[in-house]
Amino acid sequence: MAGNNMRNGDVVLEIRGITKHFPGVLANDNVNLTLKKGEILALLGENGAGKSTLMNIVYGLYRADSGQVLLRNQEAHFASPREAIHSGIGMVHQHFQLIPVMSVAENVVLGEEVTSGAFLDRKEAVRHVRELSEQYKLRVDPDAIIEELPVGTQQRVEIIKALYRHAEILILDEPTAVLTPQEVDELFKIMRDLADRGVSIIFITHKLKEVLTIAHRIVVMRDGQVVGEATPAESTPESLAAMMVGREVLLRVQRGPAHPQDTVLDVIGLSALDDRHHHAVRDVSFSVRSGEVLGVAGVQGNGQTELVEVLTGLRHATAGRVIIHGEDLTNTSPRSVTSSGTGHVPEDRRRFGMVDNYTVAENLVLNSYYDLPFSVPPTARTLPVVMAGYIGIFLAFFAVLASIWGALWSSALWSLTLGLFGIQDVESASREAMNGPNMVELIVMLVMVLVIGYLAHRFTMWVLRRLQKAAGKPLRFGKKDRGLVLDHRQIDQHAVGLVEQFDIRTPDVDTHAGSLSGGNQQKMVVAREFGRKPRLLVAAQPTRGIDVGSIEFIHQQIIAQRDAGAAVLLVSAELDEIVALSDRIVVMYKGEIVATVDADKVTREQLGLLMAGASAEDVLGVRAA
Amino acid sequence: MLSILTGTAANRRTAIASGVGLAVILVVAFLAAGAVGPAIVVAVINASIRNMVPIAFGALSGIFSERSGIVNIGIEGMMLMAAYVGFMINVALSVPGVSPILQTEPVRLGLSILGGVLAGGILGLFHALLSIRYRVDQIISGTVINMLALGLTGYFYLPGATTLGRLPPVVVNPFSADSGILFWLGEILFKKGIITYLMFALVIASTIGLFRTVWGLRTRAVGEHPRAADTLGINVHRLQYRNLFFSGCLAGLGGVFLTLEAVGTFERGMTNGRGFIALAVMIFGKWHPLGAAAGALLFGFATALQGQLQFFNINVPHQFVGMLPYLLTVIVLAGFVGRARPPAHVGKPYEIE
Repeated sequence: MAGNNMRNGDVVLEIRGITKHFPGVLANDNVNLTLKKGEILALLGENGAGKSTLMNIVYGLYRADSGQVLLRNQEAHFASPREAIHSGIGMVHQHFQLIPVMSVAENVVLGEEVTSGAFLDRKEAVRHVRELSEQYKLRVDPDAIIEELPVGTQQRVEIIKALYRHAEILILDEPTAVLTPQEVDELFKIMRDLADRGVSIIFITHKLKEVLTIAHRIVVMRDGQVVGEATPAESTPESLAAMMVGREVLLRVQRGPAHPQDTVLDVIGLSALDDRHHHAVRDVSFSVRSGEVLGVAGVQGNGQTELVEVLTGLRHATAGRVIIHGEDLTNTSPRSVTSSGTGHVPEDRRRFGMVDNYTVAENLVLNSYYDLPFSVPPTARTLPVVMAGYIGIFLAFFAVLASIWGALWSSALWSLTLGLFGIQDVESASREAMNGPNMVELIVMLVMVLVIGYLAHRFTMWVLRRLQKAAGKPLRFGKKDRGLVLDHRQIDQHAVGLVEQFDIRTPDVDTHAGSLSGGNQQKMVVAREFGRKPRLLVAAQPTRGIDVGSIEFIHQQIIAQRDAGAAVLLVSAELDEIVALSDRIVVMYKGEIVATVDADKVTREQLGLLMAGASAEDVLGVRAA
Repeated sequence: MLSILTGTAANRRTAIASGVGLAVILVVAFLAAGAVGPAIVVAVINASIRNMVPIAFGALSGIFSERSGIVNIGIEGMMLMAAYVGFMINVALSVPGVSPILQTEPVRLGLSILGGVLAGGILGLFHALLSIRYRVDQIISGTVINMLALGLTGYFYLPGATTLGRLPPVVVNPFSADSGILFWLGEILFKKGIITYLMFALVIASTIGLFRTVWGLRTRAVGEHPRAADTLGINVHRLQYRNLFFSGCLAGLGGVFLTLEAVGTFERGMTNGRGFIALAVMIFGKWHPLGAAAGALLFGFATALQGQLQFFNINVPHQFVGMLPYLLTVIVLAGFVGRARPPAHVGKPYEIE
């Protein structure tokens, strides 16, 4: 094999003893790495293991504290990505660096434009892109507008961009995180092709299966260090996971048989449109019972997103009914779905699951802040009464104090009291000069107002809290009357409990949620939704883009909720996850449920066929025969 | 011709829309010519163009700045400052005793235009400095420029200053009054100052520039996704400084048009909100020079019509007639623009990692 011979050849990139500190973190600790020509090197590690930092150093975005980067045996120092690009290094970032409103060709040539005179040579640019796309089998239309292209194609444009700049080393940062399984397959084909043509590829990932499929060599990083090197032939997912996490990891979820009870969620003939007003969900019916996990399998974009949104009140159903615990909740609000005892782990946690700028504690009460014990009186409708109470108490205090003051005023005691503080009686001289209350009086009055006001507030709150405790439920008039004050002590206590229980790694509960790692953010969302012991749990892509340790933990929690009697609806694009957790599986294809099967009576291959649109009779019938 | 100038389908739509608008106005003009006579129609058209020029410049100024990612609400101030500086240079050169060479029309007015335009450009650079280097909120920075210009020009304003004259028409109407339609066409096409012709030239030039040159591609890239541009080796901040200077110069041209071509004198606050109307027109034109020019013409037309209507004995209070152009702006912005999409990164400072 030509490719293999080439891979035995020259070292194109060598990293020697790279160390990089960030404030408080040692991101890279004496890292050594070599990359050969035409090789696909997988850089495997958990989030925060230092993979991206290392690559950003190679690419000129960061500067190493010490160590060397050797490019074709020559020491290289890149001060900017531009210099790295000129030396033949291309990087495809996890977040694409493409301009959405421009065409493919414009994006490719930007910065290295082909010109004729003062003008852009569009035809030449298009020709260039077409040539590259044919040469490397990267199918893409040079005239297409980026934002109209699917993610997989956008990624191809990024690769073309690198090749246009004559990249010989290609760094792919988590390239499969955003792709559908088909797009992943296509990407792998492209990567193999590129490698056979002598392009060296560094493939950053934390997905074990992919590494075993595509890599020639695997380097595992943990806590900023290289902890091991392996080839796919001598590795198993378990051995790699153990290296990555630093301990044995259960890749298979331990679970006993399900004991389903009564039906919790009943979906009858449900239909819905997507954002572009196409039919996304078509006449879908199923039910989930308490104590079981129903998995929804399907390639992404077959209506699962819309289905979950309809169930949780985020999207309008055009037909059909959603019944949760016997209550018809079709087209009501997310709030009423939540208060029916439903937990929802949304698929896009950053957009729908959390608020970056809120603290962990605040994020943990997003679904319950309006209820006991977090929200305390006064409520909107009792506010006038409470205000009247404040004013009444205030006036009472003031009347008492004023009468005492008045009594003092006329007596000799007044001058004596002032004398105690070393103040001369100002009555005679300066008060007339100032023509109004003097400073002493003003300050005394101010302090009195504050003290009395504070006491009045505390007293009112104390009374209300006692009343609320005695009643055992929020003191409010009607369902919509909410407490207006948040009890931060309760919110923090609640958060500390959940952080402990769900192993959320955060410095404290007042840390902004946006600064946590992806896995911990997801654990936070899961903690919030699971923590209130839901009767129905809707989990959409609960482990997308997070590390192996967190995945293991979340899987265990889902099973624990099932065993505690919750009905679980699990939507996932990862077939492994569906198979590992589900008791029953429905397969969605083009908005319809094409099959409903018991999880232990179906093989992965059959599920794969169903997901690709094969009919249930064909797939399941063959097996029966 | 128009579609050659523009790039993507959306741009082409804008160009077509402005073409259609122009055609409609022409048809209306012909119909009106039959009803009220050609003299009034030609007067309205000329007034439309006169009102259009500063707004079109203002809108171009906004396009240059916003396409490169910086909101510019300081256009009004830049215009006003340029109008003042241009006028004052003209005044200074008109004083008796200045060397006669400097007082000849091309030199005197040329220097005045240059000075005014540079004043605008310097304010543009100032805006860039505040919003790029010191990361001042771009709205606040623009407001600062507006207030600064209003205050400075108001304080140093010289009542009763006189000049040796304003810009003359470049070409006189070569057709005589008895040559029918040619005469009326000539009245429209000729008898205009150089800045008016420059406006039309710059609208075309900036369209070509934005969509057909390396500079345009990079400018648009910076306004949409500066990080992407940066990783490809484009110096984002240098481009923004340069474009903000151009932006200020264009606003300056709008300003000097008022004092050196249209009116001939300076008055306090004489830009009278044109810089803000220009921003509305820029949005109406979807950040495209041709669209913006069409919008400016529409606004100019409404203003001209408003002026004419006040001469007719229509039974509407003149305050309502006076509202017409502004009402039109509101309606057009609310109803006709549809999905106008600003450059994605406009208004946010870009920090290099």
